Amino acid sequence: MATSNQEIIELIDTDSLTKKFGDLTAVDNLTLHVDDGEVFGFLGPNGAGKTTTIRMLCCLISKTSGNATIGGYEIGKKADSLKIRKIIGLVPDNVGLTEHMTAYDNLDFYGKIFDCTDAERKANIKRFLDMLGLWEKRNVLAGAFSKGMKQKLAVARALIHDPQILFLDEPTANLDPESAKTVRDFILELKKEKKTIFLNTHNLYEAQRICDRIGILNTQLRATGTPADLEQKVRGRKTVITLAQINNKILSAVKKLSLKNLTSEGNQVSFDVTDPDKENGAVVEAIVLAGGHVNTVNVVGSTLEDVYLQIVRESA
Amino acid sequence: MRLSKAWLVASRDFKIFRHQKNIWYSVIVFPILISVLFPAVLEFAGQRSRGLLTVANLPNLLNSFSFFIVIGAAFIPLGIASYSIVGEKVEKSLEPLLATPLTDGEILLGKAISALLPALVAMYAGATVFMVGVDAVTFGELGYTYFPNWTFAVLLLIVVPVAALMSVLYSVIVSSRVNDVRSANGSGILIFFPFLAIYFASEINLISLDITGLLIIAGILFAIDIALYFVGTAAFQREEILTKWK
Repeated sequence: MATSNQEIIELIDTDSLTKKFGDLTAVDNLTLHVDDGEVFGFLGPNGAGKTTTIRMLCCLISKTSGNATIGGYEIGKKADSLKIRKIIGLVPDNVGLTEHMTAYDNLDFYGKIFDCTDAERKANIKRFLDMLGLWEKRNVLAGAFSKGMKQKLAVARALIHDPQILFLDEPTANLDPESAKTVRDFILELKKEKKTIFLNTHNLYEAQRICDRIGILNTQLRATGTPADLEQKVRGRKTVITLAQINNKILSAVKKLSLKNLTSEGNQVSFDVTDPDKENGAVVEAIVLAGGHVNTVNVVGSTLEDVYLQIVRESA
Repeated sequence: MRLSKAWLVASRDFKIFRHQKNIWYSVIVFPILISVLFPAVLEFAGQRSRGLLTVANLPNLLNSFSFFIVIGAAFIPLGIASYSIVGEKVEKSLEPLLATPLTDGEILLGKAISALLPALVAMYAGATVFMVGVDAVTFGELGYTYFPNWTFAVLLLIVVPVAALMSVLYSVIVSSRVNDVRSANGSGILIFFPFLAIYFASEINLISLDITGLLIIAGILFAIDIALYFVGTAAFQREEILTKWK
């Protein structure tokens, strides 16, 4: 378990983690870390190795090479495997509820496996079913639940023992928008409680909204950073200023500012910016001093979708 | 290996079985057939042709009938274990279970208990009724109660558990290769052939179902149990289940 001066604890730490199935390399040299209380999103296309990574980190399948620690315990060490599984909660891509048991019994069973006391189980079951709007349905067989309700119940099941780390493998995949929103809002609630979450998702909006940091995986880890960092890292941001009219005086005034990739088209000038709040003021001032009339100032940037697509295409 | 955790897995299966009529039928039908049918056959045969059931041939016949309790003990867990493991595969509920601090051995033992216990309880209950029924029908001819006796005790307390265990272990292996309960039961039916072979061999006096014969049969079944245990535990491992099970 690594600590820094700020007492940041890395709960997930991998170093060149690799998994091969025969000749096929599913995950290649994955090195990443996730801090305590952080929500880390793992983005990648189908077959990128996201589920394989989660399964390795949850000690469900073995690694081929490399190292990884979860809460300071080493994956692949038999003695540590049980300890790791005690401190994690997993929502797999197939929720896998026991359909012939009630919602309450599903959670109660998992609470018992994790040695929760009667009082803890009762309190947690009530708390999570309430939060997810399922308390009234607690005595209904899980098999009778809708897809969205099952997904919510699976999230509650993974949390029943109050794990240090929650692994979510595409928790909103195939859900209708309302159910997806409920699950997403619930994850945001957990984020507020500083729960460490490792989230596999295809959903870029979800990743952007929920995650503190994002990793883009396509067998290898192609990029990591905050959503804003990633957007900027790939294409940067651009300011577009629309004027009432452009003339040479205005253009030469702007050119004197040595702006990156300055272009002018019609009544618009555009240029790359790193910090628009600081840089745009000087440009607008120069235009106005040169007699120009500014209609609008817009900052446009690449979206996470642009970044994701570019990285995935480059790595394909 | 924590028995309490294995029992937890078994208890969950018992809860699930409460909703499964097919499992109830498979547990109840065979013991009822044995306990009611065989005394009824003896009664009917005795009434139809006096002299057919004699003091000389009744013991062998009753021992042969008793062997159906072993066949039942092999039959009942087959359906339960198939459902319990293939059912989890169909519901995809093994992955979250495997992500808990339970060991593979605890999960497998739990599955074995949930298949064995109902089978043994049902067959012992059926055997009790069978003994009473047969004694009631044969007392007049024999002049004494044939059951209980040491041969039957060996059959119930040694042969029946090892046969049931064999069925469970075989089901684990079959269940790892198929995707639906019907296929599991279909493949599992092969387990009957050795037992039927023993029965027919006893009928044509190739082997004797006395205490010695039963102990030899139990020994052979136990050796098969050990072999199946190693194959079964190799099949029932996290990585195998998640990556290689169909």
